[in-house]
Amino acid sequence: MATETKGILGHKIGMTQVFDDAGRAVPVTVVQAGPCRVAQIKTPDVDGYSAIQLAFGAAKNTNKPMAGHLGKASIDAARHLVELRLEDMAGYELGTEIKADVFEPGERVDVIGVTKGKGFAGGMKRHNFKGQSATHGTQAKHRSPGSIGACATPARVFKGTRMAGHMGHRRVTTLNLKIIKADADRNLLLIRGAVPGPRGALVMVRSAVRLRQRNDRKAG
Amino acid sequence: MNPTDLVERPYLRDDLPDFRPGDTVKVHVRVVEGERERVQIFEGIVIRRRGSQLSETFTVRKISFGVGVERTFPIHSPMIAKIDISTRGDVRRAKLYYLRSRVGKKAKVKERRDT
Repeated sequence: MATETKGILGHKIGMTQVFDDAGRAVPVTVVQAGPCRVAQIKTPDVDGYSAIQLAFGAAKNTNKPMAGHLGKASIDAARHLVELRLEDMAGYELGTEIKADVFEPGERVDVIGVTKGKGFAGGMKRHNFKGQSATHGTQAKHRSPGSIGACATPARVFKGTRMAGHMGHRRVTTLNLKIIKADADRNLLLIRGAVPGPRGALVMVRSAVRLRQRNDRKAG
Repeated sequence: MNPTDLVERPYLRDDLPDFRPGDTVKVHVRVVEGERERVQIFEGIVIRRRGSQLSETFTVRKISFGVGVERTFPIHSPMIAKIDISTRGDVRRAKLYYLRSRVGKKAKVKERRDT
């Protein structure tokens, strides 16, 4: 592997802007990231694949099976457990603490989160349909999607035809965002641009997968 | 307090004077040309201030060679070396957009006299 994979869990705090060295205003999302602990190490021999399980956040209640699982890594409690697939496990042991300084300013990352739920949304909002004309005699059809297919042939609506329905509240990965600042003392990451989810949502920040693929291709 | 305030705090500037729409100000702007850096002065009337905290901006309007020029600056931008206030203006509204449709003597702002 040419590029190391790293990851950390955090809560999205909100967006603001900061000034860079050239005096330009940069839009950033503030993420309260970590500290995370390694709760489990999965290996190909035992689990069929390699990954680390990250534990993050304070839990209100911990049941006995969970306490036993976390106890192996001497972790008291955790709200979230998320796996991070890795090729190289060097440097990770049970209980290893991961803080925001695993990332350095300038690094590229992907951010995974669950988007804001929009409820049942029509075609215009959900699929960027154009809707119908506002004038020219249009009656109570201004936001309808229009035709959803032909007539006797095929005599049905094709599967996957884009229509109104539930929008949002789905897992989304935003690729290739830049780290502007990493503050391990205050557990903060400043990430350029927007990330999925409402304020307070759980997000995972991990090394950019696109960049890794490109480096692997270059390496042959 | 917003949760992002803590992040913004180190970027906030407190070295600039208080000024209001209607004031005539000299904004000393840092201009980087390749390696060199120099300071350019943009003087005009403040016609608006908007936003809060780190994202607050203000707009300065001046007439340059007969053409109206407006420039908007983020107040907390490090590109502003300093701001001098030339005169205080006496105006009755917060946004002085009406100046855009006026020319010559009518485009002037009364000077404020504190008693």
